[in-house]
Amino acid sequence: MLRLEPRPQASRAMVYLSPLLALLLTLGSGFGIFVLLGVDAGAALHAFFIQPLSDSYGVSELLVKAVPLVLIGVGLAVGFRANVWNIGAEGQLAMGALCAGGLAIWVPEDSGAWVLPAMLLLGGLGGMLWAAIPALLRTRFNANEILTSLMLSYVALLLLSYLVHGPWRDPEGFNFPESKLFAASATLPLLLEGTRLHIGLLLTLAAVLAIWLLLARTLIGFQVRVVGTSPRAAQFAGFRERALIWFALLLSGGLAGLAGMIEVAGPIGQLVPQVSPGYGFTAIIVAFVGRLHPLGVCAAGLLLALSYLGGENLQIVMGLPQAVTGVFQGMLLFYLLACDVLIQYRVRIGRPRLAGGGAQ
Amino acid sequence: MTAPDPSIRSAVPRLELQQLVKAFPGCLANDRVDLKVMPGEIHALLGENGAGKSTLVKMIFGLLRPDAGSIRWQGEAVRIDSPARARALGVGMVFQHFSLFDALTVKENIALGMGNPPPMRELAQQILAVEARYGLPLDPDRAVHSLSVGEKQRIEIVRCLLQNPRLLIMDEPTSVLTPQEAERLFVTLRQLRAEGCSILYISHKLDEVRQLCDAATILRGGRNVGRCVPGAETAASLAALMVGAAVPAVANQPPARLGGERLALRALSRPAASALSVALQQVELTLRGGEIVGIAGVAGNGQAELLQALGGEWCCEADRVRLNGAPVGHLGPHPRRQRGLCLVPEERLGHGSVAEMSLHDNALLSGYSRQPFLRRGFVRQAAVREFARAVIERFDVRCVGFAAAAGSLSGGNLQKFIVGREVQQAPDVLVIAQPTWGVDAGAAAIIHRALQGLAAAGTAVLVISQDLDELLLISHRIGAICGGRLSPLYPRAQLAIEDIGLLMTGGRLDSAGRMLAADHAREVPHATP
Repeated sequence: MLRLEPRPQASRAMVYLSPLLALLLTLGSGFGIFVLLGVDAGAALHAFFIQPLSDSYGVSELLVKAVPLVLIGVGLAVGFRANVWNIGAEGQLAMGALCAGGLAIWVPEDSGAWVLPAMLLLGGLGGMLWAAIPALLRTRFNANEILTSLMLSYVALLLLSYLVHGPWRDPEGFNFPESKLFAASATLPLLLEGTRLHIGLLLTLAAVLAIWLLLARTLIGFQVRVVGTSPRAAQFAGFRERALIWFALLLSGGLAGLAGMIEVAGPIGQLVPQVSPGYGFTAIIVAFVGRLHPLGVCAAGLLLALSYLGGENLQIVMGLPQAVTGVFQGMLLFYLLACDVLIQYRVRIGRPRLAGGGAQ
Repeated sequence: MTAPDPSIRSAVPRLELQQLVKAFPGCLANDRVDLKVMPGEIHALLGENGAGKSTLVKMIFGLLRPDAGSIRWQGEAVRIDSPARARALGVGMVFQHFSLFDALTVKENIALGMGNPPPMRELAQQILAVEARYGLPLDPDRAVHSLSVGEKQRIEIVRCLLQNPRLLIMDEPTSVLTPQEAERLFVTLRQLRAEGCSILYISHKLDEVRQLCDAATILRGGRNVGRCVPGAETAASLAALMVGAAVPAVANQPPARLGGERLALRALSRPAASALSVALQQVELTLRGGEIVGIAGVAGNGQAELLQALGGEWCCEADRVRLNGAPVGHLGPHPRRQRGLCLVPEERLGHGSVAEMSLHDNALLSGYSRQPFLRRGFVRQAAVREFARAVIERFDVRCVGFAAAAGSLSGGNLQKFIVGREVQQAPDVLVIAQPTWGVDAGAAAIIHRALQGLAAAGTAVLVISQDLDELLLISHRIGAICGGRLSPLYPRAQLAIEDIGLLMTGGRLDSAGRMLAADHAREVPHATP
């Protein structure tokens, strides 16, 4: 008989093993699903997880996709640690893209070097603005930010869609719902010629480092950790909950907005109705798989970026639907949440036995 | 309620535990424990916190199953695998924390606790009969929320007595009672003993154990360390048996020299935040430097609300609370701490500390306000570490170092750390709730001496405690809180323990501290006493 038995102390090893275990279970279930679909499961898994990384271009594409995931993921991780549940990063990303892209369309072709920094700023501000609404609703009216931030994402996506279908549509674009292409001064410089890898990678690494310092070494990071683990102790300490809610939402919103700017000024190069294949939602999985730790988020960002590449590759080589990406992402989160039980519990087989002989 | 038990005078123990073992992951809670309770005996189970008393009792009541050893009931080996089985044998238990539904009446609550209750009318008759027999007056039709804590405990006792128990287990029954209520309880318990019922009595209050109990079994670290007749021992010798070493006594010291006014509350009122909290009514209080003021009171009479108002977790008009003469009522905990007021909350884990975090981080938790722990928003790790190390050393906190998680410490050690964290900051005012609740005698002495040392250095100390012995030991002035009203404060020398009991029930004393009749007309502020 299998039993779950509470551990005397939370297992630190399981904190890190749980994502790996979840990954293994995901692979196993994926194998089973492919078998049920009647495709060569070994080949499918190879096409999903190995083939995309078999050349240097594939690796650069992995980094291109990991950049927005990690950038949003670290911001969300800070919020999640403080029990602030920003689920609307997708909308904040869209608002960041919209604000930065608006500037890129509006400035003349031959504008100077100020355009990119201005776009970065506007992108961040756009995301912050969109996250400020749930912050205000939560702190003033105690409205649950999970609902408000999620619902506002659809508003942002529709707003962006309206603009590129209407006022901001490229007059010479054969009626496609796209803005004109950004000028060179409004496009992120490439890191490696022949790839799409851009300097957004450096920005992301800087953001990860900054957030790591923030959490580990500053008072505000400490406040975030205390509020998340023990709200009453935070009250005793005199940390102001409202200020922290604002901080967490503005930070995660700002970083999501920045990611939006990086997408439109980097790989996409123009405004389109759908600037992200769900990075804002996938980043939630990134944050949890990464254990809400900046370094973990980097690793998880790479893993989930691979799920996008793998899905696309499966579509090409085996003709499987793109939904495979969502299936794998969903299974990963599902198994992760299940495996996290093992942090506080351990599995025992058989009847309770006399434990802790060393305790005498 | 039944014919006298034939086994009253027989030599067969009512309950006998032999070599009982119970292990939890990482800890051996009971290690070959023996216990023998005779018929008609009040048997004390003594031990420090963590000595294994609760585990042992839970095995007797069928809430836990022993890993090894045997339980004999009236001479026969039995297996008690559920509370229902325990009740069927004749074991009743009154828990420290009641399980009652506030919205229901007394008899409904009693019916809920029974396997198959008789019809309500019949049950009410039975309840009244038990109450009359044991002197436990209680209206079966009253709603539980309108009862005092002592009356709620009576429901639990009546509930047990209806089952006609042969062994009654009581877990710290007097910790929530005033001295007068405790006396009445003892009368009931003695009557039960006379009828042949055995009582297993768990308490930290050694004086009442000496008064009441016929025999005592002492546990330390999960093992039997002795059996004695409490009446033949002194409180000090019992404490020494429990702790395993002689406990140095702390003596009441008069204030060295009184300083100026440090803390003052002026007509502080606070509406009840919810149906379960208490409204504070016109609380007046002045504390001077160098004195220790004690506030007694049964739990749930406004202590939690008062603490929040003092510490700044609840804010009010600025001049209701004055700290060193300056209005601070509108300020939160951080600015109040910066201005010199530190506080030790009642709950150690989750309020006074974060269980999952290290002692280092927990030092930062309240230390950041007054200590040089920050530079431009960054934490100076070395300074925090130094501070945590100093607290650990000065207060003899047993731990693996400042990196140990707060939750891994025993209750007493964590309390020493939390008290030490505030004392080390040398505040102008220290407000401390339940300084030694659940703490063993050795740690309690360290904490008491630290408070006295702080007062001698000019700090005003406010102690809010349910432990009257503690208040009488260290306080210079004492008052009591009841229903959100704070009584006047009286000099320690003028008060006997009965007087404090009267204050705890809302009674009044005349100016010299003599007892007056209890003030029942509380709605009228200045009703004739």
